[in-house]
Amino acid sequence: MLKFSFWDILSNLLIATEWTIILSLIAFFCGGIVGLILLFMRTSGVKPLEWFTKSYIEFFQGTPLLMQLFLFFFGIALFGVEVSPWMAATLALTLWTSAFLTEIWRGCVESIPKGQWEASATLALTYIEQMRYVILPQAARIAIAPTVGFSVQVVKGTALASIIGFVELTKAGTMLNNATFRPFLVYSLVAAIYFCLCFPLSWFAKKLEGRLNAAR
Amino acid sequence: MPLVSIRDVRKSFGALEVLKGVSLEVEKGDVVAIIGRSGSGKSTLLRCINGLEAYQSGAILADGIEVGGLHANLRELRRHVGMVFQQFNLFPHLTVAGNVMLAQTVVNKTPKKEAREIAAEVLAKVGLSEKMDAWPSQLSGGQQQRVAIARSLAMRPKVLLCDEITSALDPELVNEVLRVVEQLAKEGMTLILVTHEMRFARDVGTKLVFMHHGRVHEQGAPKEVFAAPKTPELQQFVGSVA
Repeated sequence: MLKFSFWDILSNLLIATEWTIILSLIAFFCGGIVGLILLFMRTSGVKPLEWFTKSYIEFFQGTPLLMQLFLFFFGIALFGVEVSPWMAATLALTLWTSAFLTEIWRGCVESIPKGQWEASATLALTYIEQMRYVILPQAARIAIAPTVGFSVQVVKGTALASIIGFVELTKAGTMLNNATFRPFLVYSLVAAIYFCLCFPLSWFAKKLEGRLNAAR
Repeated sequence: MPLVSIRDVRKSFGALEVLKGVSLEVEKGDVVAIIGRSGSGKSTLLRCINGLEAYQSGAILADGIEVGGLHANLRELRRHVGMVFQQFNLFPHLTVAGNVMLAQTVVNKTPKKEAREIAAEVLAKVGLSEKMDAWPSQLSGGQQQRVAIARSLAMRPKVLLCDEITSALDPELVNEVLRVVEQLAKEGMTLILVTHEMRFARDVGTKLVFMHHGRVHEQGAPKEVFAAPKTPELQQFVGSVA
């Protein structure tokens, strides 16, 4: 039987960490783009669009991320479409992220005083122009801290992709444990790596929050 | 043809009817002062004129555009109907110049350089040339309100709506704003003002409208109306504010 040294375990985990980071980045950025589109729909005042985004958000916030991964991985396969674990994980995490980001950003948009909407409307700006030039620049300032804070949830959320067989940090940990039978060591290392990814993010979010409050 | 023509406009907020059939004509160059108690519907009426509030029946024509129409061209309408608010509502993330240039560049597609020249011109008009590159938060309330006026003027409106524009100001700052408005009136700008400044309404207004319980209760030439109010409600109102 193959022997695994501590360094073998750690280096294998670090290699898998790359996929956790890539999956997180894709989910976060694609989720951000989808979230921005949803935000425009959600605050448009057009009833069908608002209704659609509301249901969308309710679905992704009201069901476990794991079920969403299963739906994408097994569900779509039922229609004869081959879905790789990578595809399913990316899709599910992107949509899941977008739902939460839309909701966070909606709160920020709604915290902008009504007078800003009225003044810009009176100057003949359209809804899109109001958002682009008046509302979002102000809302973005407020949104930065909670958005960075949420990125921690995305990183931790990627761990669930291990269950549909996508080899990222958690899956690599499981595989190494099966090979070495040293669960305490392996999972401690896995947890430590997640912490190293997440702690700087939450620290940064806190710092941003503090700076924003000081600026007021 | 009147510049703004309001015909039998009715508006309710839920069960509460705030405008109960208001009619009013505003000619080019008029300075219309709308007075009345709070809750009389005067601000709502003003906000109906540029489509900030929808109304249920009647008609408002502003510069030939039907405001409440199903396919009302609100963008076209609002390019010609400016509005200044009680709370200034400057955009805090933009400089003074940025505030004044935004609609010009975005809506009118005016080139930046030209927009800045227009900004300089309208800011000079309100006496704030030296504040072009200041931020709204660095200005006093009176200065902010004058920037808000300049921001509207930059769009070359045909009529300017003023919704209690001095009500949020400290007393010593009221006059600098009123002087700007008076100057605009002298230059022939059509103004519709909801105001609590009775002396200003009398001295600068060409028409006084007293609103009471969602109706135009009395109207006429300001000096005559103030000197001899016909209805007891206006007599009482004038008595209470004088």
